[in-house]
Amino acid sequence: MDTSVFPAPEAGAAEVVLSARNVAKVFGSIQALKGVNFDVHRGQVTTLFGENGAGKSTLMKILSGVYKPTSGEIILDGETIEFGSSTEARDHGISIIHQELSLAPNMTVRDNIFMGREIRTPYGVDFAEEERQCRLLLSELEENIDPRIKVEDLRLGQQQIVEIARALSVNSRILIMDEPTSALSASEVEVLFKVIGDLKSRGVSIVYISHHLEEALQITDHAVVLRDGNMTAYAPRADIDLEWIVRNMVGEHFNLGSPPTDYTFGDVVLEVEGVTVCDSTGNQRLVDELSLSVRGGEIVCIYGLMGAGRTELLECLAGRLTAETGKVRLYGREITRASIADRIAAGLVLVPEDRQRDGLVQTMTIGQNLSLANLRRLVRGLFTSRRLERDHISNAIRRTTIKAGSPDHLIGSLSGGNQQKVVIGKMWSTNPKALLLDEPSRGIDIGAKAEVFRLLAEGAREGLAVLYTTSEVGECLSVAHRIIVMHKGKISAEFGSDVTKARIMAASGEAVVH
Amino acid sequence: MSNTDVSKLAPAAAKQKINIAGLLIEGRAFAALLVIIVFFSLMSPNYLTVSNLLIMSSHVAIYGILAIGMLLVILTGGIDLSVGSVLGLAGIVAGFLMQGVTFNSMGIILYPPVWAVVVMTLAFGAFLGSITGVLVAYMRVPAFVATLGILYVARGIALLITNGLTYNNLGGNDTYGNTGFDWLGFNRLFGIPVSVVVLAILAAVFGIMLARSAFGRWIYATGGNQRAAELSGVPVPFVHVCVYALSGMLASVAGLVLSSQLTSAGPTAGFTYEMIAIAAVVIGGASLNGGRGNVRGTMLGAFVIGFLSDGLVIIGVSAYWQTVFTGAVIVLAVLLNSLQYGGKRF
Repeated sequence: MDTSVFPAPEAGAAEVVLSARNVAKVFGSIQALKGVNFDVHRGQVTTLFGENGAGKSTLMKILSGVYKPTSGEIILDGETIEFGSSTEARDHGISIIHQELSLAPNMTVRDNIFMGREIRTPYGVDFAEEERQCRLLLSELEENIDPRIKVEDLRLGQQQIVEIARALSVNSRILIMDEPTSALSASEVEVLFKVIGDLKSRGVSIVYISHHLEEALQITDHAVVLRDGNMTAYAPRADIDLEWIVRNMVGEHFNLGSPPTDYTFGDVVLEVEGVTVCDSTGNQRLVDELSLSVRGGEIVCIYGLMGAGRTELLECLAGRLTAETGKVRLYGREITRASIADRIAAGLVLVPEDRQRDGLVQTMTIGQNLSLANLRRLVRGLFTSRRLERDHISNAIRRTTIKAGSPDHLIGSLSGGNQQKVVIGKMWSTNPKALLLDEPSRGIDIGAKAEVFRLLAEGAREGLAVLYTTSEVGECLSVAHRIIVMHKGKISAEFGSDVTKARIMAASGEAVVH
Repeated sequence: MSNTDVSKLAPAAAKQKINIAGLLIEGRAFAALLVIIVFFSLMSPNYLTVSNLLIMSSHVAIYGILAIGMLLVILTGGIDLSVGSVLGLAGIVAGFLMQGVTFNSMGIILYPPVWAVVVMTLAFGAFLGSITGVLVAYMRVPAFVATLGILYVARGIALLITNGLTYNNLGGNDTYGNTGFDWLGFNRLFGIPVSVVVLAILAAVFGIMLARSAFGRWIYATGGNQRAAELSGVPVPFVHVCVYALSGMLASVAGLVLSSQLTSAGPTAGFTYEMIAIAAVVIGGASLNGGRGNVRGTMLGAFVIGFLSDGLVIIGVSAYWQTVFTGAVIVLAVLLNSLQYGGKRF
């Protein structure tokens, strides 16, 4: 532990309400936290920066009583304390808004907000009082949501608001927000920030985690940076800027690559013409008569906020969702109605966004996952040829530089970045002509990110048409030759690789902050 | 890279510490079987004799054949509650065909030869199963409900055909040239009951299919993560229809073996056998969530159940206690499974 970065008590700084001292956490053989000091100041926002896997969520789960630290102590109001559970932490006024929503979609907003602490009377639950309090909370959040509506009928952003309302409803003194804005629209983020301001003035302390660095800089009073389970930097808001955060997060100047240039593009490989995708009710157009084309060797990036329709577009191209209108062509051959398997055979493959849900079979080994999309080609006679499969797997591992002990290990034994490479390797090994990747960098650390982009560049150099989506502006400006911005199902702008971040963000409907 | 061991290809065994921990956990059904054999051998001198083992094995054959089909379905994350009823109905269909099919319009009675009866019965079972499969794969009916429906329908049809009575004389008649139906249930090949030979062949065929063929891998992938399998080009609906059809066909095989053993076919045959089949699969270490399990384990599970219940009969434990013991073994097996799969939901 490097004590030189430990925040010294400054004159005039707000009182520290909660602090972690030398907290370490070990999961099996992995040391997630290596002795971290962390202070929460009364009525101020402390933002925790760090890459995926740096230990942010682990630290927050320790502070909120979900995990117990392996060593070190938690000090609340000057006294050492030990939380047995998150309920106990909540009783001490510490609540957490998790990154993944923890709402019951089949229940109403009211029931969700009061879940586990219903207002009880001798005659049962006092629903009227619960409803009144709900309305009060939601109006504070400037959100016009009926407390009697079911959570599943709400938009994702509204669900996020309900989650926030639930945390506020327990009158927390310390509120931990783990990526609260990931599903919110720009205007909802503004409201949230106003609420955070109100909470601060009421003396509520806030711990904030966000990948959206610019956004977090707007509201934070203190910044703490974690890297590989260590605290690498601490500074009050006045002393920091974006560059400082990135430098401390990454450790060195990191480059996600630049578009490969020393070749000419081939023919148009993938052609999308006026494609429309509707939501499950058929009322709303998630993708609205969108057209684009990608040439061989070209890397195209689609940038857009959550809900812009990126995922739906790619899933439609891959055959998971049906296009209501429009045509999809691969090398001029129409494949709009083809099955997923036929599209893979024709050379159009998708690396899905959520690798746990859509990309990997957790009950299978690394090797079995890698060969899954290619089994048909490995069959000799009645059975899959072990020799062919082994060669196939080792080729895929070599090509996508997967770091694995043995392909016979379960897929879950790999780190997030390597799991992502397995998903990419699986689809890549089918010899595609066009590779679609939905948020290929989601949930992997920056080193793995750079490798993924290097793979894309390599593929493009070999003539592959690459189309990937991202919600981080920085990733548009990596290997992409062309950047398409999507907003509400339509293309709102198209740029070359020389565009600035601000212009991309403006086109996406995101509030640009300066 | 050492993909040479079949056990490593089977996901159930593919824990990280494959060699020791994996074998211990996988071996629990085997250990249970040994305990059962040793215990009953000590309790009764008649238990561990060749003739008794063969008799018990021919009982196990019925459960085992059903359990193979059940395993295929459970591996995809489904369940097939209809196998007991399909078994019963298959026996009735075979019995019906053996009695001769009367064509009133032409005034003739057709006696199909035994091989034709067998083929038609198997086709009928596969057809019933594929109905379930279509319901599950295309109509999105939950497997539990779809197969529960087929359970009642099949049992009802069996009762309708027979009017609640039993077909006795399945031995056939030399004058009609349809003798030989009892061969399955009574004859022996090299001293081993034919039913046990049938079980061994089916276990080998389906074991190899699951471990080595692309279709087998598709079954594991479908159960492990249907969405990922779909996006990898696995024809998930086809896999579903196939496993239910195979389960129905295997239930028909079991129905033929049972009615051949009894040389009669009753409409209530196979009542609650689906539960025994599920128990065998679970005791064999398969996960009810799908994606984990293999034929070897399921066979051990079938033998555990069969040898346990027959042992209890031999030492004279009441039928009521047998039920209690069987239930306890199943609960214990599920407990061990949830330990193995580390807190994952069952």
